[in-house]
Amino acid sequence: MSYLPGDDRLLGRTEAAGAAPTTPVDTLTARPGNLWRDTVQSILRQRSAQVGLILLTLLVGTAALAPLIAPYNPDEAVGIEQGLTTEQKGPCVHLFGCPEAQPEHYFGVDRNGRDVFSRVVFGSRVSLYVGVLTVGFAIVIGSVVGALAAFLGGGVDNVLMRIMDVFLVFPALVLAIAIVTVLGAGLINAQIAIGVVAIPVYARVMRASVLSVRERDFVTASRALGESGRGILFRRIFPNAMTPLIVAGTLGIAGAILEVAALSFLGLGAQPPLAEWGSMIALDRNQLFNAPWLILAPGMALTISVLGFNLFGDGLRDALDPRLNR
Amino acid sequence: MLQFIARRLLLTIPVLAGVIFVVFAIARLLPGDPCFVALGQRATVEACEAFDERYGLNESIPVQFGIFVGDLVSGDLGTSIAYGRPISEILVERMPVTIELTLFALTIATVVGIGLGVASAARRNSRIDVATMMVANFGVSIPVFVLGLILIFFFAVVLKDTPLALPPSGRLSAGVIIVPLAEAWGMTDLDGPLRVVVDFVGNMYLISTLITGQWGAFGDAAVHLILPAIALATIPLALIARMTRSSLLEVLGQDYIRTARAKGVIERRVILRHGLRNAILPVVTVIGLTLGALLSGAVLTETIFGLTGIGLTITQSILGRDYPVIQAVTLITAILYLTVNLVVDVSYAFLDPRIRLE
Repeated sequence: MSYLPGDDRLLGRTEAAGAAPTTPVDTLTARPGNLWRDTVQSILRQRSAQVGLILLTLLVGTAALAPLIAPYNPDEAVGIEQGLTTEQKGPCVHLFGCPEAQPEHYFGVDRNGRDVFSRVVFGSRVSLYVGVLTVGFAIVIGSVVGALAAFLGGGVDNVLMRIMDVFLVFPALVLAIAIVTVLGAGLINAQIAIGVVAIPVYARVMRASVLSVRERDFVTASRALGESGRGILFRRIFPNAMTPLIVAGTLGIAGAILEVAALSFLGLGAQPPLAEWGSMIALDRNQLFNAPWLILAPGMALTISVLGFNLFGDGLRDALDPRLNR
Repeated sequence: MLQFIARRLLLTIPVLAGVIFVVFAIARLLPGDPCFVALGQRATVEACEAFDERYGLNESIPVQFGIFVGDLVSGDLGTSIAYGRPISEILVERMPVTIELTLFALTIATVVGIGLGVASAARRNSRIDVATMMVANFGVSIPVFVLGLILIFFFAVVLKDTPLALPPSGRLSAGVIIVPLAEAWGMTDLDGPLRVVVDFVGNMYLISTLITGQWGAFGDAAVHLILPAIALATIPLALIARMTRSSLLEVLGQDYIRTARAKGVIERRVILRHGLRNAILPVVTVIGLTLGALLSGAVLTETIFGLTGIGLTITQSILGRDYPVIQAVTLITAILYLTVNLVVDVSYAFLDPRIRLE
C-alpha cells in the first residue's frame, strides 16, 4: 500500500464514508469539509436510528416544553382541590366520552391527588438529566483511566485495568445499592453510585480504542512529521478513538436511566415529592389491581425513553463502525 | 487444558482480593458513620460506642480489614442486625430461591433466545426477523419492575378465573406443604456441613420435590416461578437473541457455508450444524455476562413477586438499615459472578481449542 501526499489516512481524519478529495497544497491544515454531513447521512439511513431519533426528539421536546404541555403543577394535589370522588380519580379524557363536567386527567390522579399526566411530563426532565449526567460523569473518568492505561502501558496499564476488572465483577444494581446505602438515599447519590459502577465499561472501551488507533499509520506519520507526544494524543489519537465511546455512551444513557429508576423504585434514588418515574411506580405499586394506569403511565414513559436511546445507539454503531457496513 | 484452567484460576485471585477489599472499603471508607447507617441517625453516643466495640469498629482500619478477611475465611459473614442471626444461616435459607429463579430464567432466555436468533438469521428481513428484533429491542428497554407488574396485572387480574391465570406472588399456594428433603430422606439427625448441603438443596423446591417425587408440590412451585422467571428472563433473552442472530449471520456469509450449500446439504443442516456450531461462542460469552443482569434483576423481581431470595433480602435490608447483610450479599453475588465467568472461560476453551493453546 502506498501513501500519496494528501492521503486521508496519513492525516488521521476520522474515517467516515466518502473522504473529501484534497489538493496537495493544504495537506497539513486541511479539514474534511463534508465529514459531518456524511456521518449524519449514514446515521439517518439506519432505520433503528430514525425511530430512535423520533423517540428522543419526543423525550427532549417534552422535557423542554414541560410547563407548556403539563396541564397542572406536578406537585399540587389538584385532585383534592377539585374534590374528586374515588371513581373520578381514573383517567378522564373528554374526547373519549368522559363527562364534560368532570375535570380532565389523561392518566388519572395518584394516591396524593396529583395529576399523573403532568407528573409523567415533568418526569422526562429528571430522566434526561439523570441519564446524561450519570453517563457524562462515568465517561469522563472512564476515558481518562482507559487512555492513561493504553498510553502508559506496562505496569500502570495492568494495575488500572485490574482495578476496573474488580468493579466489573459486581452486579451493577447490587453494588449501587451497597454504595447508596452508605452514602444515604437521594437522586445525586444514586447517580454517583450508578456512575461509579459504569466507569470500567468506558475505561475498557477507551483503552481498546486508543490501543488500536495508536498503531495506525497516520499516528506514525504524525510522529515522523515531528508532532509532540501531547499533540499526537490529543489531536490524532483522541478524536479518532472517540467513536466507540460515543456509541457506548448513548447505549449507556439507556442503562443509566433504567438503573437510577430501579434505585428510585427501591426508595434509594429520587425522594418524594420529586416527579420521577421510578418513584412514581413505587408510590402507587399497591394500587396495581384497581388503578393499573398509575403504573403503566410512568412505566411506558420509561420504556419509550430507554428504547429511544437504545435504538439511536444501535443506529450510531451501525453507521460509525466500518466493519458492520454490509 | 489443565494448565489453562490453573492459569485462569490464578488470575482470579487478585480480582477476588480486590472484590473483598471493595466490599470492605464501601462500609468503612466512604463518608457516613457505620453506626448511624446501622442504628439510624438518632443513635446515642453510648449506643454507638457499644456498637463500635461489638463490631470491632474501634480498631484501626488495617486491623479491621484483617478481622474481616479472617472471618470470611472461616465462613463467618457476620450477624444480621435486623434478624440477630448469623448471615450465613440466612443465606443457606434464601440463596436456593435465587439460584432456582435465576437458573429457570436463564433456561428460558437461552432456549427461546437462541431459537429466535436462529429463526431470524435463517430468514433475514422476514416477518419473523423483524418481529424478533422489535421484541428484543423492547425487551432490553422495559424496566424489570415495570414488566413484572404488568405481568402480574395481566395474568393475575385480567386472566383471573381462567385456566391461564398464574399466581402473582410467593413460592407455594396456601395449603401446599413440602416435606423437607432432610425429612424425606430420613436425615433429620444429620448435622454439620452435610446437613447444610441437604438443607440448601431442599430449599430449591423444584429440585427437592422432583427427586422426592412430590408431583403436586412440584407443579405448584413451578407455576409460581413462571411469572418471575419470565420477567427476569426478558433482558438476557433479548441479548442472547440479538447475539445469536448477528453471530450466525456473520458465519452464514462465509465461503464454507456456500460450499456446503453447493454440495446439496439441506438448509436445516447447513444452519444448525455448519452455522450455529461455529456461531455459538460469542453467544456463550453473552450468556455468562448476562448473569450480572440476572442477579441485578433478581433484586427487583424477588421484591415484586415476594420471593424470599437474596434479592428480597437486600431490599428488606435497605429498609432495616441492615448493612452487614447488604455487605455479605454484595460479596456473595460478586463471587458467584466471578465463578460463573470462570466456568464460561473454561467452557470457551473447551469449545474452541485455539484459545487453550494460546
